[in-house]
Amino acid sequence: MKELSDKLLGGRQGAVGLAILALLLFVVFPLCLDLFRLGLLGKYVTYAFVAVSLVLLWGNGGILSLGQGMFFGLGGYCMAMFLKLEASDPVSTKIQTTPGIPDFMDWNQLTELPWFWLPFKSLPLTLVLVLVVPTLLAFIIGYAMFKRRVGGVYFAIITQAIALILSILIIGQQGYTGGVNGITDLKTMLGWDIRTDSAKYILYFVNAGLLIGCMLLARYILTSKFGMLLLAMRDKEERVRFSGYDVSNFKIFIFCVAAMMSGIGGAMFTLQVGFMSPSFVGIVPSIEMVIFAAVGGRMSLIGAVYGTLLVNFGRTMFSETFPELWLFLMGGLFIAVVMFFPDGLAGIYDKYARKFNIAGVTSKYVAKFSKKAAKMIGEKYE
Amino acid sequence: MSNTDFVLAIEDLTVSFDGFKAVDALSMYIDKNELRVVIGPNGAGKTTVLDLICGKTKSSSGSIKFNNIELTQLAEHEIVRAGIGRKFQTPSIYENLTVYQNLEVSYPVGRSVWGSLTFKRTQALSEQVNKIAAEVLLTEHLQMEAALLSHGQKQWLEIGMLLMQDPELLMLDEPVAGMSAKERDQTADLLNRICQNRSVLVIEHDMEFVKKIAHKVTVLHQGKILAEGSMEKVQSDEKVIEVYLGH
Repeated sequence: MKELSDKLLGGRQGAVGLAILALLLFVVFPLCLDLFRLGLLGKYVTYAFVAVSLVLLWGNGGILSLGQGMFFGLGGYCMAMFLKLEASDPVSTKIQTTPGIPDFMDWNQLTELPWFWLPFKSLPLTLVLVLVVPTLLAFIIGYAMFKRRVGGVYFAIITQAIALILSILIIGQQGYTGGVNGITDLKTMLGWDIRTDSAKYILYFVNAGLLIGCMLLARYILTSKFGMLLLAMRDKEERVRFSGYDVSNFKIFIFCVAAMMSGIGGAMFTLQVGFMSPSFVGIVPSIEMVIFAAVGGRMSLIGAVYGTLLVNFGRTMFSETFPELWLFLMGGLFIAVVMFFPDGLAGIYDKYARKFNIAGVTSKYVAKFSKKAAKMIGEKYE
Repeated sequence: MSNTDFVLAIEDLTVSFDGFKAVDALSMYIDKNELRVVIGPNGAGKTTVLDLICGKTKSSSGSIKFNNIELTQLAEHEIVRAGIGRKFQTPSIYENLTVYQNLEVSYPVGRSVWGSLTFKRTQALSEQVNKIAAEVLLTEHLQMEAALLSHGQKQWLEIGMLLMQDPELLMLDEPVAGMSAKERDQTADLLNRICQNRSVLVIEHDMEFVKKIAHKVTVLHQGKILAEGSMEKVQSDEKVIEVYLGH
């Protein structure tokens, strides 16, 4: 039992870091932020799922995917399709030529629900598909790439190309996907209105809980032998192969896990923000996610979450005043991090926390002071 | 091809790269518990032979049998699991892991995805790590990051990683390259100890070192065997002196 908790939390230091993050997400932010800002925060937390997945995949496994947006998007689309079908009941769509199908299908002269929309009539099935669809795509890509030993920069470029293809496909197939506008006007989930204040709070907490859950899973993977093998593969892939491991299987697995986590983030995005569009699938969001992870620290699960939140709050604040300069600033930030702080914020924290040994110094002074005080008191009473 | 008593039986093995035959109709047999050294000038095909055995390079024709299992069709990890360990020419270790972790990763339990996720660090593992670390003289450095080891210690660590798998055939590509004279002696002792219950195949240039360890020597030249036999026999062979030892 102790072994399991150590694996999930990553020892005492990991547990403290995780507890502070949980305290911020569950107590401090909900108390200090108004609902609008909390909603924004909830949106950023959904990106943090992707950043955490990149810590596994890129930071530890050395596999740079520039297409995590597609998994985020697929998870989001799965959830959006369910919500859209519920919003398109025959009564509220009775002015359409074909009532009971989503409005954009009606505009595109579709008279029947396409077959691949049918599973999204059921919530349990949708929840399964939120996990399965991104994972399955990752498995197909991973199997095709890793079994052929495609890696490094080639893998990065191919994932980017696939993300682009997927976003073009979604935009082009307007009648089936809602096109460039995405899937909008989402209202209820099994009759529960997701737009009310109370629903927003509940979704925020579910979201934060799922993120912590994903981080525990990621921590378990990283502290197991699998995690050590990831580092070993990043370092010397050949050596791992010639130590009797089928390297491709390990890569496929971690790519699938990363895709699944990203998909959960996407689904929570749809629920909290109320729509999903191709702008979260393509190249730009995929690269932004990599920047979030890099800024926070690609080796640190907790760092990646802080990185995501900080960069996004920075964006919101900065682009409210200088909208056109934001992209330059983010590009500059990325370059600066890669050049000067390859381990990101977490790396800086580790370096200075260790250098000044904050915890150690404090306890030393406390001990010294109490000793002195005891001595003085002793002398007084002699 | 019929079955044999040899640990490793290579017959008629050929590989060509764009018409150039790096290994040309090579046949070679290695006995149980034998320590064989392969020598030869640069470009003779020594490393290519190791690559062919461990599956890094696919052969054009011929057969490699390990305990009568045909290896030429197996994937690299399957060849390792059959019982063959291979050390690369440049030390190939995981620099970001500690010495202990380097050895632990090489422990042949939990080799599948699921197995590695549910792998538990057992008493047997730590005993094995400590035993091997003592064998390769790294006991004091177990908690050190492997990147900080000296070049010679990195070579030993890689040999240790192979010993963790307890292979029946151990293949070492230039194990003493870049080592000091003292380290060479220690490595020779190490090899003489570890070949007690396994076969070892070594590629080496250092003739003094070869003399200390070899049971039998094979001289390769242009992908073919030039001479084979005891060190004295090979050293006095005129062809060998002409192409290799003479200069």
